[in-house]
Amino acid sequence: MNPRKQMTPEQRKLLHDISVLDFVVVEMTLFLDTHPDNKEAMDYISQYIRMKNRASHEYALKYEPLTIDEAAYSVQARDWCWNDGPMPWEGGC
Amino acid sequence: MWNYEKRLQFPVNIKDPNPKLAQIIMSQYGGPDGEMGASMRYLSQRYAMPYGKVAGLLTDIGTEELAHLEIVAAIIHQLTRNLTAEEIEKGGLAPYYTDHTVGIWPQAVGGVPFLLLQNSNPKVTPLRTL
Repeated sequence: MNPRKQMTPEQRKLLHDISVLDFVVVEMTLFLDTHPDNKEAMDYISQYIRMKNRASHEYALKYEPLTIDEAAYSVQARDWCWNDGPMPWEGGC
Repeated sequence: MWNYEKRLQFPVNIKDPNPKLAQIIMSQYGGPDGEMGASMRYLSQRYAMPYGKVAGLLTDIGTEELAHLEIVAAIIHQLTRNLTAEEIEKGGLAPYYTDHTVGIWPQAVGGVPFLLLQNSNPKVTPLRTL
């Protein structure tokens, strides 16, 4: 069974958290590209990158990998669910 | 190179299909100011950018635009999902459907195919996008 077909509220919450954390990482990356000397911003992005990686890792362990790097740690890896649907654009997340 | 992250940058969950709306939103995919143009402008202009830091910034912005491109595609896909032949006809999607079915073909709202008009030196060309 594809885990995304029956997404529990817990899985949905974790995926939402990953989106929120990644939003911060993406925006802070653009900020740091133009403000490379801002130490406060660097501390901030480091913290959020770590939080995002932890959440993404937890997601791979509990549900399925969101990146190919996480596929190695996923409990689903034995069944190779990386290219399994529904895909994100089909409402997978 | 790029790696894929298997999630949308922002979730799209559309319940009711709407072929008319899909055709309008399609301009944000492959129209003159769409995400395809935006991502390809940034990612193509970076090679002529003489300032290293800005070339890196163009890479990061162009990459994010690709994530936006996928969100817009998801909107179009879900708006044209499970349509009957009658709904396709009534929704004005028949001409598009004839050539592309419900696959996504980058075009402007008027049916003009995706076209990257100009891509010259970003130092002298205004960097302009959505």
